[in-house]
Amino acid sequence: MTIAEIVKCLDARVLCGEENLGQRVTSACCSDLMSDALAFIHENAMLLTGITNAHVVRTAGILDLKCVAFVRGKVPPPDVIGMAREAGLVTMTVNKTMFTCAGLLYEGGLRGAPMCWPSRDEAAG
Amino acid sequence: MVRAEYEIASGAYDCAGEVSSDIKRQLKQLGIDAGTLRRVAVSSYEMEMNIIIHSLGGVINLTVDNEWITLFSKDRGPGIPDVELAMREGFSTAGEDARNMGFGAGMGLPNMKRNADTFNIFSQMEEGTRITITFRVI
Ligand SMILES: Nc1ncnc2c1ncn2[C@@H]1O[C@H](COP(=O)(O)OP(=O)(O)OP(=O)(O)O)[C@@H](O)[C@H]1O
Ligand SMILES: [Mg+2]
Repeated sequence: MTIAEIVKCLDARVLCGEENLGQRVTSACCSDLMSDALAFIHENAMLLTGITNAHVVRTAGILDLKCVAFVRGKVPPPDVIGMAREAGLVTMTVNKTMFTCAGLLYEGGLRGAPMCWPSRDEAAG
Repeated sequence: MVRAEYEIASGAYDCAGEVSSDIKRQLKQLGIDAGTLRRVAVSSYEMEMNIIIHSLGGVINLTVDNEWITLFSKDRGPGIPDVELAMREGFSTAGEDARNMGFGAGMGLPNMKRNADTFNIFSQMEEGTRITITFRVI
């Protein structure tokens, strides 16, 4: 899915990164704990989370995430959105639970990362 | 050949991730491939966060030669009482504050081990914890 399609599918409000809405996302991960994301995210991925602090943007930077959706109607403070904007990261807020968001995206064709650790080759993407 | 040393203060949540970002940037400049870059960046972030959250402060050393990327961390305590237990996925002593910020999944040390080509941890109570992880340059 493109990020624009994800925004539509979730009925989300984009907070920053509008210039990158055309990028493609091929997998998603739901977590409120960053190390879980660091363990299970592959390339071209998005993160759905209820955490809205600067660490989310930093984690996104480490993983080269394409976009982050803040669920349950959460909106990060302006300085965090500023950091994301500077990094070219698309962020959005969704007025739905994490479960509902995941269901909608799955229906839309998005899948999770496999529950195994990437081999060296896969990690190289 | 690259060598860098980064000082990391205990509880320095405000600058968390800065060291890892710098390491990632340096390796990118050296032309390290994307997959290796990602494995090193994930591991250094976990290393950095553990020093901030669990230790009294420490350093991370980055060394790169033609064959290996090496990350070495050394902190000033308090040490890990049971390293085997700490290595288990899901084991965490992170407090409420750390969890609210998104840490404490108990996945940091396992993440480092799985991402690296070699992993070594040594911890002594009061003295501190030392971790060496290496990545083969391809
Ligand atoms: N440098 C350290 N000094 C003292 N204790 C440590 C150190 N690193 C890890 N530990 C201990 O080992 C446990 C497991 O560490 P690990 O990084 O796997 O998980 P975590 O930091 O608790 O959570 P996560 O990394 O998933 O956010 C920690 O909860 C802590 O008790
Ligand atoms: Mg940790």
